[in-house]
Amino acid sequence: MSFVEIEGVGKSFGPNAVLKDFNLTIAKGEFISLLGPSGCGKTTMLRIIAGFESATTGRVRIGGEDVTRLPPNKRHIGMVFQAYALFPNLSVFDNVAFGLKVAGQGKAEIARRVMELLELIKLPDLAHRYPYQLSGGQQQRVALARALAPSPRVLLLDEPLSALDAKIRVSLREEIRSLQRELGITTIFVTHDQEEALSMSDRIVVMNAGCAEQIGTPFEIYNHPRSRFVASFVGTLNALDGVAVGEGVAAIDGQTVAVPGLAASPSAEQFTLALRPESVSLSPRPEATNRLNGTIEDVSFLGSVVRIRLRIGGSTLLFDTFNNPASPPPPRGANATVHFAPGDLQVLESGPVVLPEAAE
Amino acid sequence: MKGSRLGPTIVILVAAAYFLLPLMATFEFSLSMIRGVWSFEAYRVVFADPEFRHTFTFSVVAAVAAILLGALLVVPTAYWVRLRFPRLRSVVEFITLLPLVIPPIVLVFGYIRMYNSSSLVPLTATAGGTNVLLVLGYVTLSLPYMYRAVDTGMGAIDIRTLTEAGESLGASRGRILATVILPNVRAAVLSGAFLTFAIVIGEFVLASLLNRPAFGPYLALIGTNRAYEPSALAMIAFAVTWACMVLMQSLGARPAHKARQRR
Amino acid sequence: MSAADDAGAAVTVRGPARWQGARLSWGWLGTVPFFAFAILFLIAPTAYLVVGAFQDATGAFTLDNLAGLFSPDIVAAYRISIEVSVASAGLGAVIGFFLAYAIVHGGLPGWIRPTIVTFSGVASNFAGIPLAFAFLATLGRLGLVTLFLRDTFGINIYRMGFNVVSFWGLTVTYMYFQIPLMVLIIVPALDGLKREWREAALILGATKRQYWTNVALPVLLPSLLGCFLLLFANAFGAVATAYALTGSSLNIVPILLYAQIRGDVLYNPNLGYALAFGMILITGCSNLLYIVLRMRAERWQR
Repeated sequence: MSFVEIEGVGKSFGPNAVLKDFNLTIAKGEFISLLGPSGCGKTTMLRIIAGFESATTGRVRIGGEDVTRLPPNKRHIGMVFQAYALFPNLSVFDNVAFGLKVAGQGKAEIARRVMELLELIKLPDLAHRYPYQLSGGQQQRVALARALAPSPRVLLLDEPLSALDAKIRVSLREEIRSLQRELGITTIFVTHDQEEALSMSDRIVVMNAGCAEQIGTPFEIYNHPRSRFVASFVGTLNALDGVAVGEGVAAIDGQTVAVPGLAASPSAEQFTLALRPESVSLSPRPEATNRLNGTIEDVSFLGSVVRIRLRIGGSTLLFDTFNNPASPPPPRGANATVHFAPGDLQVLESGPVVLPEAAE
Repeated sequence: MKGSRLGPTIVILVAAAYFLLPLMATFEFSLSMIRGVWSFEAYRVVFADPEFRHTFTFSVVAAVAAILLGALLVVPTAYWVRLRFPRLRSVVEFITLLPLVIPPIVLVFGYIRMYNSSSLVPLTATAGGTNVLLVLGYVTLSLPYMYRAVDTGMGAIDIRTLTEAGESLGASRGRILATVILPNVRAAVLSGAFLTFAIVIGEFVLASLLNRPAFGPYLALIGTNRAYEPSALAMIAFAVTWACMVLMQSLGARPAHKARQRR
Repeated sequence: MSAADDAGAAVTVRGPARWQGARLSWGWLGTVPFFAFAILFLIAPTAYLVVGAFQDATGAFTLDNLAGLFSPDIVAAYRISIEVSVASAGLGAVIGFFLAYAIVHGGLPGWIRPTIVTFSGVASNFAGIPLAFAFLATLGRLGLVTLFLRDTFGINIYRMGFNVVSFWGLTVTYMYFQIPLMVLIIVPALDGLKREWREAALILGATKRQYWTNVALPVLLPSLLGCFLLLFANAFGAVATAYALTGSSLNIVPILLYAQIRGDVLYNPNLGYALAFGMILITGCSNLLYIVLRMRAERWQR
């Protein structure tokens, strides 16, 4: 059952289109992330749902009601902004109470609801503080409580974590997710951070240049990226240049590997193979029947993990091994053989060529 | 949002009328010295008046002296306080803002009482001494603007690192101030200087009460005796103010832009 | 301890010793010129008058001078001064606010804002005698606007009671530098109104009016009051414009003080000091309040 329906939404500022024919249906209670680099149109989409921007084409429905032409203050939507946007002249209590007050609720009812929400965000003692007296993480939790207070139909989160410290970011993202599950509120989350999107979402919409490149669960998006863009934007990708040499067999730098599902190509077609770093290991495993030889170019010791860069002809392969106190990592310049399962190789649709370094 | 543009447009038009009408009226009046035709006769008369040239020159010299003295006082102080006594900064800032709190007429009243011919420092006993007092008074009046401009300019560059870099290369503090810091805050000093010039050039109260032959008292005299010349003089004063402000803003915009680029 | 540790320790010991130790004892000399200047030409002259306000002719302590300020003439002068300052500051603040709002949030073409800001820089410094000349040429008996209204619409503003050499004439003239000053200081405050506050209010269901009464105006209030006080002090201390416009026909405090300095019209020098003291008191209080309010406003803008 779809609760939010976005149908053919497009948006142009003058001659340049920032959103092109965007379609998405969101089920009630679902947590959806719009993930993409800056300028991909994700924030514009969110602002169209909120009503701050009007769509050039298409329509937005919430709970079956067409809200495309409705002003923002009639949409019953909650929104959390990147820069908190707490009202500086109001206390925490009054900030959270704002939506209830303008809705004309009674004083006792407002006080009960505000305290309930402050309990929920675990800041009941700070009700009479002012925003400038709070840390960034506290401000953002208050902003969340303020957005949730009037019991909105949909919650919009516009990069709510990107202004925070790394540690608080991780704890707050877990908090937001558990709160969202508890309340069962339909949530749309805009982010450029793939880790946030992967860890929080029911489904992810990967956006690029105003289009939805792929829509799917975090598992699908990460393991089965449909385009080179998605593969490179989500996670660290090894892009290997391959040539088809037979049915299910490709050559990388002259070394043949099994690629399930690869059609035989008479013209020795060039294509790109994707390989996740975590599917590669230095030691043989029974299912890892594919092998590649190369020279170790670089070894970075990152603590629990050792990251190794291997050169295979014209391609480089980045992969991680766990730190093992008993055996030091291989030295630079050494020859090494890596092992991986044929199913870990992914043939990418030809798409815009984005190197993983450039996407980071 | 499109419908709401009507209000702002009306506000702008009314304001434009209020601000431009006096300028148009003054200009028109200044051109009508000869009955029946428009001419620059009033300007010709003004420029031909030796008193105009004398008083204007006097005020220009006083303004330049006040600017130089003010820069000499403010730049090293702002530098030294930022470098060595950051805690004194709010005290110094407060003092530099005092000339905005104490009306100039009160200030000059105090000068006249403190530095009269029977006091310990009889500055007003001689014309030269009074000129010095006038310039020092102008330095005081310009202090808020000068200090603010220079202090902001120093805030935009990292004077501590620049100083340490200079010292590590063996330069003395004075040399660092003159050859490293000053060139970096030159735009700030100049923008403060133009504002000072605009304020001092037509200043009336200090010059009049200290009895100096400055441009301000000359304006007042012409105002009571002539009909068309005052309008011509008002246009000239407006043009001078305009030139100073345009120069100041064009200078003020540049260091800010540079600072943004660096970040 | 390794050699590297030694080097590090040496640096940390040498650093503070150089900055705070040997040089500090002479470092204060660098601030002497400034403080000497401030004391000699700013603080001492003012203090001289303040002390004098509490002394009689023999130098003994007295409150007679302050009591003397309550003579009808002087009270009337303070009253007109305060009225002109309040009127020009109030109108200047309100009109300046609308003008600033129009250029910041009015959605007007891009060239309007820099043009008006530059013009405000000029007009806020175009005070004194030339300004008086300009308004005499505009609204004087033979001024352009006066004649235009009389000849075109048959409205004789002078017969209706207006006179440029009067309370309203002076107020309208003062507004020529008050409005631009307001624009210059309130534009940053209006820029500080974040777009997200408006959007957050709207999405929470508030109307534009509710946003203004609950968020925008309370946030701007310290700035608005502060600006009003600054404009008030600005008008209160102005002499040249009023002198050139009205001569001595309008009895305001700065003009009275000017006459007192020139010729002791009060026949009591110490009463003159008290007059000056009263001015410092009024401009000082309004500026102090301005600073307090500005700090409050800045605290919110973070």
